[in-house]
Amino acid sequence: MSLIGLACFFAVWEVASRTDLVPGYYLRPPSAVLPRVVTLLGETGFQRALVATVLATLIALGIAIAVAVPAGLVLGSVPPVRHAVMTLVEFLRPIPSVALIPLAVVTIGTGPDTKIVLAVFGALWPILFNTMYALDEIDPLHTETARAFGTGGFGVLRRVALPSAAPFVFTGVRLSFAIALAVVVSTELFSGGTVGIGQFVLEASAGGLNMDDVLAGTVIAGLVGLGANFGLEWLHRRLFAWSLPRGGER
Amino acid sequence: MKMLEVRGLGHTYRGKDGTHTAIDGLEFTVDPGELVCVVGPSGCGKSTLLRTISGLIKPTRGSVSLHGNPVDGVPSDLSVVFQDYSRSLFPWLSVTKNVEFPLRKLTRRNRTTRAAEALAAVGLDGAGRKYPWQLSGGMQQRVAIARALAYRPSLLLMDEPFASVDAQTRFELEDLLLRVRREQDTTVLLVTHDIDESVYLGDRVLVLSKSPATVVADLDVPLGQHRDQITTRSSDAFVDLRARVAGLLTSAPARVR
Repeated sequence: MSLIGLACFFAVWEVASRTDLVPGYYLRPPSAVLPRVVTLLGETGFQRALVATVLATLIALGIAIAVAVPAGLVLGSVPPVRHAVMTLVEFLRPIPSVALIPLAVVTIGTGPDTKIVLAVFGALWPILFNTMYALDEIDPLHTETARAFGTGGFGVLRRVALPSAAPFVFTGVRLSFAIALAVVVSTELFSGGTVGIGQFVLEASAGGLNMDDVLAGTVIAGLVGLGANFGLEWLHRRLFAWSLPRGGER
Repeated sequence: MKMLEVRGLGHTYRGKDGTHTAIDGLEFTVDPGELVCVVGPSGCGKSTLLRTISGLIKPTRGSVSLHGNPVDGVPSDLSVVFQDYSRSLFPWLSVTKNVEFPLRKLTRRNRTTRAAEALAAVGLDGAGRKYPWQLSGGMQQRVAIARALAYRPSLLLMDEPFASVDAQTRFELEDLLLRVRREQDTTVLLVTHDIDESVYLGDRVLVLSKSPATVVADLDVPLGQHRDQITTRSSDAFVDLRARVAGLLTSAPARVR
């Protein structure tokens, strides 16, 4: 059922490409691109690019979690810090990571650390905000119950605040994965010099209008995001059944 | 020695729009093993009373002592059962883990045994691995009671514990409370707005005035140890006492639910 939308998208694409609504030379039909996706996945050169991109995304996500969750906990539970820092956060958050590519290339270079740093910057915000707001949503009766049984401040944070915030934080991580992936691929595409799907697409488009490869690379980037989202959703349902509507019972 | 001694207890909330005195000059004691019901008009400060006794808020006046020790902060041998079971149980923990929650200081083995005993006492032997949200409201409140009992408190505080369940379940839980407190010799202070419930459950009934609450009557309940939902509730002693409590509450010029 959930794949109907995807199938329709490919059908529209096929029709648009075949009926010369758009120049078929540039927008190759899926019937040509999808077989290329399969052969590409078998090529060592592309496999290396794919692994480089996914690895950079995962590292960036890991760093973003390690920074944003503690920061969100502090911002969510210490109002003075929140007041002091929120303006800065709201100033930085709307800046697109892609707009920072020139600055990053000049200051960090064109290695893999550049795309990781930029992806961390993009992926921080959903995790930070979800962690922060999750703390606002904690039921005061949960806190009071824990305190009435002699649980201290740190115990309440560890045994009540963290578990009750965890599903929201996880949702933030899911949103951040897609952002990190997009930033990593964009950085590869714009700055070149580092192995990855983005660079593969860049070279394919520059080399001689090899649009099959360009589109196949793009489709694969989308599939990575799709797969990751499916996986994370499944994990969310398993880990946090209690937080789903009607507790996940059907 | 008294289990609980409340002397001149008063609390005034200070907010942006002035002050509100919820309770004022409360005086009463509870003996070990007693079940005392506190009944009062809604909004009279019953919850404030429980929160000051449990050390969750610091009263502005007066003192609370638990077996002779003044309460300053949350006492280590006190349990609370709140009205809203769906919010006081932790949904991410199984029933057993919820009951084990306050037993942090015990060894793992002792925790498991205590939790199993407490769940058996409330008739939930088989439900330990379930999650609270998989149980009915009445069963959830049993879990909350089991959690409070597993802690083996000197004093069990109950804040309108049966106000959110249907009438049939309420009768069952009332009898459950009478049975376990007989078996375990627990001292209970139960707050309710239900006159019948206060008379049916209590060894004594404390009647509070409207806010700021003071004790207007301290009545012994001459119904004996063994009570029955049908015969006790239709006995003359029950009907008389219920009428007296109702009279005391309505003479206090506040809305009585």
